[in-house]
Amino acid sequence: MSTTRALDGIDETLAPQGRRERNLIYEWLSTVDHKKIGILYIVYSLIFLLIAGFEAMLMRIQLAVPDNHFVSPQTFNELFTMHGTTMVFFVGMPILFGFGNYLVPLMIGARDMAFPRLNAFSFWISAFAGLLLYFSYFGGSGLYAAGSAPSVGWFAYAPLTAKVFSPGHSTDYWTLAIFLSGIGSIGAAVNFVTTIVCMRCKGMRFGRMPLLVWLYLVTACLVFVAVSPLTAAQIMLTLDRYLGAHFFDTQAGGSAVLWMHFFWIFGHPEVYILVLPAFGFASEIIPVFSRKAIFGYPAMVGATVAIGFISLGVWAHHMFTVGLGPSANTFFVFATMVISVPTGIKIFNWLATIWGGKLIFKTPMLFSIAFLFQFLIGGLTGIMLSVAPFDWQLGNSYFVVAHFHYILVGAILSMIFAAFYYWYPKMTGRMLSETIGKWHFWLFIIGFHLTFDFMHIPGLLGMPRRIYTYEANRGWGTLNMIVSIGAAIQAISILIFAYNLVHSYFKGKAAGHDPWDAWTLEWSTPSPPPDYNFAVEPAVNSRRPLWDLKHPDDPDSDYE
Amino acid sequence: MMSAAAIHTAGAPGGRETPWRQPYRGTVGMACLIAAEASIFIIFVVAYIFYIGKSLSGPTPAEVLELPIFGTICLLSSSITVHFAVSALRKGNLRGCTLNLAGTVLLGLIFLGSTAQEWYHLIHDDGLTIQTNLFGTTYYSLVGLHASHVVVGLILLSLTLAFCLMGRVKQEHAEKLETLSLYWHFVDGVWVVVFLVVYVLGR
Repeated sequence: MSTTRALDGIDETLAPQGRRERNLIYEWLSTVDHKKIGILYIVYSLIFLLIAGFEAMLMRIQLAVPDNHFVSPQTFNELFTMHGTTMVFFVGMPILFGFGNYLVPLMIGARDMAFPRLNAFSFWISAFAGLLLYFSYFGGSGLYAAGSAPSVGWFAYAPLTAKVFSPGHSTDYWTLAIFLSGIGSIGAAVNFVTTIVCMRCKGMRFGRMPLLVWLYLVTACLVFVAVSPLTAAQIMLTLDRYLGAHFFDTQAGGSAVLWMHFFWIFGHPEVYILVLPAFGFASEIIPVFSRKAIFGYPAMVGATVAIGFISLGVWAHHMFTVGLGPSANTFFVFATMVISVPTGIKIFNWLATIWGGKLIFKTPMLFSIAFLFQFLIGGLTGIMLSVAPFDWQLGNSYFVVAHFHYILVGAILSMIFAAFYYWYPKMTGRMLSETIGKWHFWLFIIGFHLTFDFMHIPGLLGMPRRIYTYEANRGWGTLNMIVSIGAAIQAISILIFAYNLVHSYFKGKAAGHDPWDAWTLEWSTPSPPPDYNFAVEPAVNSRRPLWDLKHPDDPDSDYE
Repeated sequence: MMSAAAIHTAGAPGGRETPWRQPYRGTVGMACLIAAEASIFIIFVVAYIFYIGKSLSGPTPAEVLELPIFGTICLLSSSITVHFAVSALRKGNLRGCTLNLAGTVLLGLIFLGSTAQEWYHLIHDDGLTIQTNLFGTTYYSLVGLHASHVVVGLILLSLTLAFCLMGRVKQEHAEKLETLSLYWHFVDGVWVVVFLVVYVLGR
C-alpha cells in the first residue's frame, strides 16, 4: 500500500520547517503538545509494563512447582499487590490515555487538546504517583529503615489496611499513589470530554466522529463516575489511618463491606474504562484491514453508551461470596448478564465488518483477530462467573484469575499491541518490522494460551488465588508448570516487541503519511505530524474523510 | 489529482451552510469537573447515611447538632450575588460586578465562620472529634469536604475580585466568570444536600 497521490499534495503545505535546535530534555519536560504528552504516557506505561511483568514472572517461578520457596511469603504478597496495582493504574490506564491523547485531536481535526496545561499536569501527577508507589520499596517502613512494598492486595480489603494490621507506611504509599493517579485520570478525562465536545473540526458532527473518539468519550465519562468514588474511598482510608477516623474500623462499628462496595463501584467500571479504548482500536483497525467501512456504526455507538451505563450497575458481582441476600444477588446476576448484550452487538458488528472483506493479514490485523476470539472466551467465562451459585464455588479461585487475565491480556493487551503496530508509523515516521512483528504475535499467542487456558483448570480443581505455595499431592503441579512456561514465552515475546520498538525507530522502513491506505484524519498529516497538526483546519463530509478525498467520484457522504 | 487544499475545502457543502458552533470549553470542562466532584460527594453522603445511628457511643447528632440556619442563608444568598456579578459583567457593568463579587466573598466567609464556630462548639463543649465515634467520623469528613470546597471557591472568587479592583476584568471575560460561578453554584447545591442529610435526615 503506497501513499496515494492525493496525499502528496497535502505534504507540500506541511513541509517541515527548519527546526530550531532546542534542549531535548527541556522540550519534553515542559511540553504541552498532546502528541508529546501522549508519547510520554506511552513510554512511561511501557516501563511500568516491564516492571509489573517482571513481578508476574517472579510469581510464576514461585508457583511453577509445589512446595517452592523461591521468594518469601511476605515478598509474594508484595509481588501480587504491586503487580495488580501497577498493571491497572500505571500501565493500563496511562497507556490508553496516551493513545487517546495522541489520536483524539488528530482524528477530530483539532490542533491540541482543550486544556494543554491541564494535560501536562495530568500526566506528571500520574507519573509522580507511579514513582511514589515504587518508592515504598525504599521508604515503606519510614525513611530510616529498610522499606517494604504494600502487601494488601490490589483491592486492599478492610480491615487489613487498618493501622494495626498494616503498620508502617507502605499502605499509605499505595493509598497516595492511587489517589494521585485518580486525580491525573480525572484531569485527563475532563480534557477528553471537552476536546471531543468543543473542538471537532467543521462538519465533524457527533454522528461522523471515528468510533475510537466515541469510545474515548464514553470512557472519559466513566472515569468521572468510577474513579471519583475510589478517590473518595482513599480519602476515607487516609483519614482512618492518620486521624483515627472509623470508616472501615470494624472495632468501632465501621463496615469492611462498605469498602468492598466503594472499591468495586470503581473496580468494575474500571474494567470497561480499560476495555472501551481497546474496542476503539479494534473499530479503527478491523475496517482498514478488511477494506470495508465499519458495519453498523449507529449500533456500535449505541452499544458503547449502553455498556457505559450498565457497567455502573454490576459491581457487586465481585461480592457474591460476601452474602448479599437473594434479591441483591439476583439483581447483580441479571445486570451482569445484560451487559453481554451490547458487548455481543459489538462482536457481531466486527465480524460483519470482516465478512466479505478483502482481508490483509498484517500484524495489526492479526492481533485484532486474536482479540476477537480471546475477548469472546473471556466474556463467556465472565457470564459463567456472573451466575451467583457458580461464583460461590469458584470466587477467589484461579478460575477468576484466568478469566480476568483473558480480558486484560487476551483482549486489551492484544489490542494495545495492534494499536502499536498500526499507529507507530504515524508517531515515529517508521514502520515496525513485520517480520519481528510476526514473531512477536505468534510467540505471544502461544504463550498466552499456554498460560491462561491452562490456568482455568487449577481454579476448577480448587486452587485459590494469592496462595504462596501448595502441596505436591494436590495435583496442581503439572498445570502450574505449563502456566509458568507460557508466562516465560510471553515474556520473551514482549522483549521481542520492545526490541522491535527500538530497532524500528532507527532502522524501520519510512512510513509516509498513510501506510495503511486508511480513512481517518490522522493519516492526512505527515508522520510524525507537525506541532500544529493541520496547517489549515480540515473540514469533513462523512465518517471517512480520506476515502472521500481518494475517491471523489464515489464519496461516502452520498450514502450516510 | 487533488490539490493541496482539497481536504480543507472538501467540507462546506454547497446547499446547506449551517454555521459550525460548538459549546464553550470552559463550561464543558467545568461540567465535567462537577460530575467528578459530585461522585466524590455522593460516596461521602452514602457513607454518612449508611452510618446514621450505627455509632457505638455518644454523642449522637440529636444531642449536639443545631440547625445552621444563618450560615445556610448566607451561603445560598451568595449564589444569587455571584449570578448578579456575572450578568453585570455581561452587560459591561464593572462596578456592579465588583460589588456583587465582594458580596459573594463576604457571604462565603460568613458561612465558613459559622462552620468554624459550630466545630469549635462541638469539639470544645461536646467533646466530639473525628475519633469519637462513627457520627464524628462521617460528620467531620462530609462537612469538612464541603468546607474545603468552599475555601477553594473563595480563593478563586477573591482572586477574581482582586483582578476586578485592579481593573483587569473586562466584559469579554464574562464567560470565564460564568465558569467560576458554575463551580460556586455547585458548592451551594452540595450544601443543600449536606444540610438535608446531616441536619434533617440524620438528626
